[in-house]
Amino acid sequence: MAACGDGFYGNNTGTREHTLYPYVTGTSVIAMKYKDGVIMACDTGASYGKTLRYKSVERITVVGKHSLIGASGELSDFQEILRCLDELTLIDHMCDDGNSMGPKELHSYLTTLMYNRRNKFDPLWNSVVIGGLKKGSHGDEKFLGMVNMIGTHYEENYIATGFGNHLAMPIFRSEWREDMTFEEGVKLVEKCLLVLLYRDPTSINKFQVAKITSEGAAIYPPYSLKTYWGFSAFKNPTKDSSIEGSMKRLSLSDPAQTFEHFVAVSRNV
Amino acid sequence: MFRNQYDTDVTTWSPAGRLFQVEYAMEAVKQGSACVGLRSRTHAVLAAANKAASELSSHQRKVFRVADHAGVALAGLTADGRVLSRFLRSECINHAFVYDAPLPVSRLALRLADKAQVCTQRSWKRPYGVGLLVAGLDESGAHLYYNCPSGNYFEYQAFAIGSRSQAAKTFLERRFEGYNDYTPDQLIKDALSAIKETLQGEKLTSSNCTVAIVGRKDDGTVEPFEMIDAKRIQEIIDSMEATEEAPASAAEAESSSMQEDKGTDAGTGTDAAPMDI
Repeated sequence: MAACGDGFYGNNTGTREHTLYPYVTGTSVIAMKYKDGVIMACDTGASYGKTLRYKSVERITVVGKHSLIGASGELSDFQEILRCLDELTLIDHMCDDGNSMGPKELHSYLTTLMYNRRNKFDPLWNSVVIGGLKKGSHGDEKFLGMVNMIGTHYEENYIATGFGNHLAMPIFRSEWREDMTFEEGVKLVEKCLLVLLYRDPTSINKFQVAKITSEGAAIYPPYSLKTYWGFSAFKNPTKDSSIEGSMKRLSLSDPAQTFEHFVAVSRNV
Repeated sequence: MFRNQYDTDVTTWSPAGRLFQVEYAMEAVKQGSACVGLRSRTHAVLAAANKAASELSSHQRKVFRVADHAGVALAGLTADGRVLSRFLRSECINHAFVYDAPLPVSRLALRLADKAQVCTQRSWKRPYGVGLLVAGLDESGAHLYYNCPSGNYFEYQAFAIGSRSQAAKTFLERRFEGYNDYTPDQLIKDALSAIKETLQGEKLTSSNCTVAIVGRKDDGTVEPFEMIDAKRIQEIIDSMEATEEAPASAAEAESSSMQEDKGTDAGTGTDAAPMDI
């Protein structure tokens, strides 16, 4: 739906664009602060609607010297965001004056950017997680924040986007502590990733974990988590209908049975 | 400086490779009353000698806060200086809005210098007739820059501009090497002493100088850019004069030789073009 606009805000064709829906999307990104910095993790999948189209997508990258950026949502918009951030880091690099952009500045910049796009009804369809640490006046200051497509932004000790908001946040809330070690942090993050793998239909079993400390950033190579599907009710659903998760075998040729089952299910028997 | 056939336009080069209009603009800076800036690793101080148009009027405002972390002292056409201060404030505010962080002082000085350069390369413009001492604090410490009408800028440990600034510069040249480790109070005292050098015998009081300071204390808290109030300046001046009376004879011999330097301000431009320095 293109109305005639002046086209000076990003495209040269003279038409005004409105983002209506995303096409290729990444699912949840989760992140948490720990003793030495920030851990961020997500899966490496990108879906085209309901199809798990791409299975080796890196949705977390390093920006500048001090920050990790991860995003869920439309992948092309994430690439556009990274292009904007690259321009910023380039300017810093060219100035060559010892000043560098920290995670807090990037977060603020992205907030302005995303909110501005939202106001033009042409959002960047992402939830972006920014984590990092930079030397401040009180020593190394850790930062973890999020910005989403409507410009909502906040800082927290642990963040999850997309499905992670519903599945991972409760786990973080009960198990996150200040000053966890890297091993403890990865264990907690893997716990969340596993739940997301089981319950988020758009996730895949291939994850990347990244960390950023005062020594720099590291994005680890992708790996898979061990999953367990050996539930008896799952392996043989009709064997014993009294087990949780099992299903009663129905004879579809006998309408009485099917009706009885229908009634039982609707009465939550 | 002599009138010649190449000085009508800022866009006309002389055969010697000089832009006379820009050099004349730098002369305007030397007509303004003196300003002095100095810095340590953590603090930067600006001081200005106040000049009133007449006894009836208030004195010209020469020191401006540009942001919480930076300020300027100017010498020359104050109207131009006012406009540039507004530009600097606008740059700082815009940066803080987008990045939620203070604009690094080097970038601030760079933007000012680029703006000044534009006026040296347009036939329908003239250079700004004001020199600015930009002092500020950012994550890499305290900084002091001098921006001149030519569009050049340099970082300084200490500097003085305006009329009779050579006396202040001589004073600062003797002492600047220790400035990195000076306490804020020591910096203020040296700034006041430098201004005193430019007053040519006139008594230094809190009514004929302005002092401002910005810096970061040892515990990390930031002291935002602000003018020091007149009462405190007078107290510092009084304490300086009290200590001066003790080593009186050595100081007197030096100060009388410095009086002779004050007359030779205008002669810098005859051989090398000033902006090449």
